[in-house]
Amino acid sequence: MSDGPPPPEPAVRVTGLRAAFDGRTILENVSFDVRRGEVFVILGGSGCGKSTLLKHMIGLLHPAEGRVEIEGRDLTAARGAGRQSILSRFGVLYQSGALFSSLTVAQNVALPLEEFTSLPKEAIRSLVRIKLELVGLLHAADRFPSEISGGMKKRAGVARALALDPSILFLDEPSAGLDPITSAELDHLILSLRRVLGATLVIVTHELQSIYAVADRCIMLDRARRTIVAEGRPADLRDGSSDPWVRAFFRREVPEEAKP
Amino acid sequence: MGGAATIRLERDGPRAVARVAGELTLATTPPLWREVRGVAAACEEIDVRGVPRCDSAGAALLVHLRRESAARNGGRDAPITGAVAQVASMLAIVEDADVHPISPVAPPHEPDDGVFERVGGAAMRLAEAARGGLGYVGDVTASLAQALASPRTVRWKDAFLYMTRAGADALPIVALINVLMGIILAFQGVSLLGKLGFESYTPEAVSVSVVLELGPLMTAILVAGRSGSAFAAEIGTMTVNEEVDALRTMGLDRTRFLVVPKLLALLAMMPLLVVFADACGLLGGLLIGVTALDMTIAQYMAKSFEQLDLWGASQGLIKGEAYALSIAAVSCWRGLRTGNGAQGVGLSATSAVVSSIFLIIVCDAVLTVVFHYV
Repeated sequence: MSDGPPPPEPAVRVTGLRAAFDGRTILENVSFDVRRGEVFVILGGSGCGKSTLLKHMIGLLHPAEGRVEIEGRDLTAARGAGRQSILSRFGVLYQSGALFSSLTVAQNVALPLEEFTSLPKEAIRSLVRIKLELVGLLHAADRFPSEISGGMKKRAGVARALALDPSILFLDEPSAGLDPITSAELDHLILSLRRVLGATLVIVTHELQSIYAVADRCIMLDRARRTIVAEGRPADLRDGSSDPWVRAFFRREVPEEAKP
Repeated sequence: MGGAATIRLERDGPRAVARVAGELTLATTPPLWREVRGVAAACEEIDVRGVPRCDSAGAALLVHLRRESAARNGGRDAPITGAVAQVASMLAIVEDADVHPISPVAPPHEPDDGVFERVGGAAMRLAEAARGGLGYVGDVTASLAQALASPRTVRWKDAFLYMTRAGADALPIVALINVLMGIILAFQGVSLLGKLGFESYTPEAVSVSVVLELGPLMTAILVAGRSGSAFAAEIGTMTVNEEVDALRTMGLDRTRFLVVPKLLALLAMMPLLVVFADACGLLGGLLIGVTALDMTIAQYMAKSFEQLDLWGASQGLIKGEAYALSIAAVSCWRGLRTGNGAQGVGLSATSAVVSSIFLIIVCDAVLTVVFHYV
């Protein structure tokens, strides 16, 4: 590798984030770093604010306090062109794919390339083909989102998120609604993407299988405590966490205090 | 992002080498695509020692250059040399992915139909739509009858919500439009009847036109634009999101659930809106009457009511109810027949308004003739 030393700032840094709706606090004192090139998983039970945290990280929601930095640049304060250039550093896979229903799969992937680059048509066609081949969806290029399966929508969503060669990819519940095989294939795809593209991946999930398969590091949120309750490697948390709730989560048990 | 990337054609002994330098990324490659054509024909080797890093856009450019060169030199390959590890692995991925021919999936071939096939096809579609429409009318009638027979099955909470939206919230715009309509009518009346010397009949002309015809009509057109489109968009979005399917699989009747509350809301609100509209129309006429004609308010009002009786007022109300029924029924139908995606919802909302206004005019024509002979 001829790569120089990696830049010092982390891929994503969240500092002292407090998230609130209508004055009701959902999360507080959330601080963590996502290192470059790692697969970082945000874990937690239903309703703990995982998706809220993700929406803050990708700039859809504005934090009540604290800030979010993408590759050292403050997303929270950025406006206009500066914000646009930060946004182009990452791609997002939404839970249901969020493909534009009036465009074909290929047109969905081409859209960001057409809007944000001055590449000639043949270059865009070629890049779209590459992205679709990466996710194994070249055969469905000219189908509309309503004509493909849930797993294919997810893969098409990944292809679209990759369109601009982002260095960070956010995935919201990538395996939700997929069968175990499709879900495992998606995990495999995610890992190969990281190997190939060297991208940083931030994944929100509650699928234990996926977590062991893909995660380098994870943080865990808890609804009651409204903040991060654990941080580290998944296997370490399962075996070594001092928090009974965290251990229970990883072992799929009912926590001690909740047992009748 | 790095500086600009370049391609330069150089002679290296007997060989022509295309030297590529600089980071090849989505940001730096766009201008280079134009240069490929000039370099491709001559080059025998592509040297990428000067490229520290590339992304998929950069790799695609290199692969494109290599192919273009092979195509112009009868298949003679120009190898890519000197790639650092990152560039080499990106090249491998892209070459792997990009070997597939540009799959121009032929657009589905539509056979050219003759005039008979097309007329026949259109007739079949029309018959199909008519059958669907009749079935829907039957559904709505049955549900409405059921609602009247056992009012407890109606979702009143929804109905009241739509009453507020379609009725109370519409008052300002209904008032504005109908006052203006009254002013226009009175103005035209004064100037036209004045030529004939009958300008003192203006109050009667205004009140009859407003109460029998224009009050209900203008109100219905406003309701179609405000509520008809909203009904179609709401049900259309639910259709697209499979919410309507969910209702059906839960065994809930979509007509009772989605259509009846809206229908009842419009039926309940329309008479009130029409009475309000009539009052506003008369007020508009009054404004012109007392300023342009030498009449007191009392005189004008007395003359206004001279040609109106209970039957006349009822005609306007009956028309209003017919309009309400048409608007609610056809808008909900358009919503339920929504096609795929966000555009489908837009089309449904548009066609709900257009169909509503068409039906309003048809109802108006039919009822006007019927009332004439009753």
